[in-house]
Amino acid sequence: MNNMLTLTAAEIAEKLTAGELTSVEVTQAFIDRIIATDGEALDADNRAAGKNGVNAYLHLNAEEALAVAKSVDEDRAAGKELPALAGVPIAVKDLIVTKGQPTTAASRMLEGWMSPYDGTVTQKVREARMPMLGKTNLDEFAMGSTTEHSAFGVTRNPWSLDRTPGGSSGGTLAALAAFQAPLALGTDTGGSVRQPAAFTGTVGMKPTYGSISRYGVIAMASSLDQVGPCARTVLDTALLHEVIAGHDPKDSTSLQTPVGSFADAARAGAAEGGLQGLRVGVIKELSGEGFQPGVLARFNESLELLKSAGAEIVEVSLPSVKEAIGAYYLIMSSEVSSNLAKYDGVRFGLRKLPEEGNVTIERVMGASRAAGFGAEAKRRIILGTYALSAGYYDAYYGSAQKVRTLIQRDYAKAFEVADVLVSPTAPTTAYKLGEKTKGDPMAMYMGDIATVPTNLAGVPSISLPGGLADEDGLPVGIQFTAPAHEDERLYRAGAGLEALLTEKWGGPLHQQMPDLETLIRDFNFEGAK
Amino acid sequence: MSAITSEQVAHLAMLAHIEMTEEELASMAAELDVIVDSVKSVSDAVSADIPATSHPIPLQNVFREDVVGETLTAEEALSGAPDAEDGKFKVPAILDED
Repeated sequence: MNNMLTLTAAEIAEKLTAGELTSVEVTQAFIDRIIATDGEALDADNRAAGKNGVNAYLHLNAEEALAVAKSVDEDRAAGKELPALAGVPIAVKDLIVTKGQPTTAASRMLEGWMSPYDGTVTQKVREARMPMLGKTNLDEFAMGSTTEHSAFGVTRNPWSLDRTPGGSSGGTLAALAAFQAPLALGTDTGGSVRQPAAFTGTVGMKPTYGSISRYGVIAMASSLDQVGPCARTVLDTALLHEVIAGHDPKDSTSLQTPVGSFADAARAGAAEGGLQGLRVGVIKELSGEGFQPGVLARFNESLELLKSAGAEIVEVSLPSVKEAIGAYYLIMSSEVSSNLAKYDGVRFGLRKLPEEGNVTIERVMGASRAAGFGAEAKRRIILGTYALSAGYYDAYYGSAQKVRTLIQRDYAKAFEVADVLVSPTAPTTAYKLGEKTKGDPMAMYMGDIATVPTNLAGVPSISLPGGLADEDGLPVGIQFTAPAHEDERLYRAGAGLEALLTEKWGGPLHQQMPDLETLIRDFNFEGAK
Repeated sequence: MSAITSEQVAHLAMLAHIEMTEEELASMAAELDVIVDSVKSVSDAVSADIPATSHPIPLQNVFREDVVGETLTAEEALSGAPDAEDGKFKVPAILDED
């Protein structure tokens, strides 16, 4: 593997500034890596026919990315001042709209659709002069926890190709784990960057609700959705967070609070004594029963490391989290049923005529939505329609909103005695493909138990690699949570723990990863379908 | 709560404008039954005196200056439409003729 690929974004930026590398070289290296390891699912133009791979990308944006890289190199050569991450490439979840590239939300409904405008985060990435490598795979409209609900094929976990990378931002985090990008943007509604980060040994951050603009992010559940910066290290995540944060008048839920010094916080956390005196609350309900032994072993090991570095470990309780999954699925599906009403076959997206009978607009809507949405999207729209319908509204949607208040109160109480809370990110390591999509629909939903409470409460939360589970050799995620507006604390705690773990492992976790090109060569893709 | 029937799902699918086959209605009814059964405990967990939270970080009266900002041109707005004519979205008949 090309040495450039394993550099951190911070290192790439440094080498670009020092003139040791050019953005064109770096960008080309990542494009070559995508072509070598992503397989046939890329755009027809970009694909080697018959090849299989990770399928992290739905669209490769090579031409534009190289043009941006070239212009950055030229401006640098001319001595112009450039933004900190200028020339460092990035992957973007295909839920975020991008002018000049297709945006599909991994749905047949939007296949071939080209957005006439850029999302605010897209705009910020352009202003930061970062080449966009392409658009990454997801569960359709971000609905799912495995990326198996994409209309354009599953994404495979680069650690083990018979496993899912998690979801919904599975393509985003798999691209990072596969060294197909140094930085990436995902979105998180109930754990959608953190759980795939945990499953792929990468870092995913869900910022405070409202601190990053949602303008141009295809809405799933508006009161829960948040864009999440992702990378392979905590510092890189912090650097990207600084690029995309800030108030946006185009999003009425956008906060006015100033952008934090996330990278400084990460550097301070990783420095000697950075964790001294930090009060870390272990969430009683999310660190025992129902969690895989190998996950708990790595979690307890992290607690010991934190303690050894001078952090104070306290136990906290969030008694209402037992209702979090129920409340989350009611609120999320209710908002989904409303947000997805716009796909009506009139203004954009698929239009399908009914196969028989009169062609009226109502029947065209019914036929278009039947053909355009996959099974999970339909299930959630119908559940939301049920939860909001007369006679059930108070019992379901109304009660779920009250549970949300209880969960917020639980967090407020826990933060009286702790600066940050900690738990495993997910109860298990990565699921086998097919394991959660057959049979009981609740099986997949229950895997989100540790991540959904933070979305309900609006508080920030980060997942970073905690090592490999003994029983299956797959990555385990450690999740820190902070009070609203205190995202900096997560970078301090996260980078502090990351430094301790990296020292223990003798290098970053990905050094223990199997060689991806060998995995792909030896994997029986036909038999696995 | 009684089991969810295919007829109920058919009504919901009509409200949500999604055509479904008989098989889809039956399997959706069974799945919905499992999901609703798993989530219904939320109503026992709360009492009347607990306020509802609709938004995690409350903001009030978010206004902007009343000035014209950037907008899409008609051409851009119609660029992704399945059908358009004379600068307008073109749709099938609104009313059923029989």
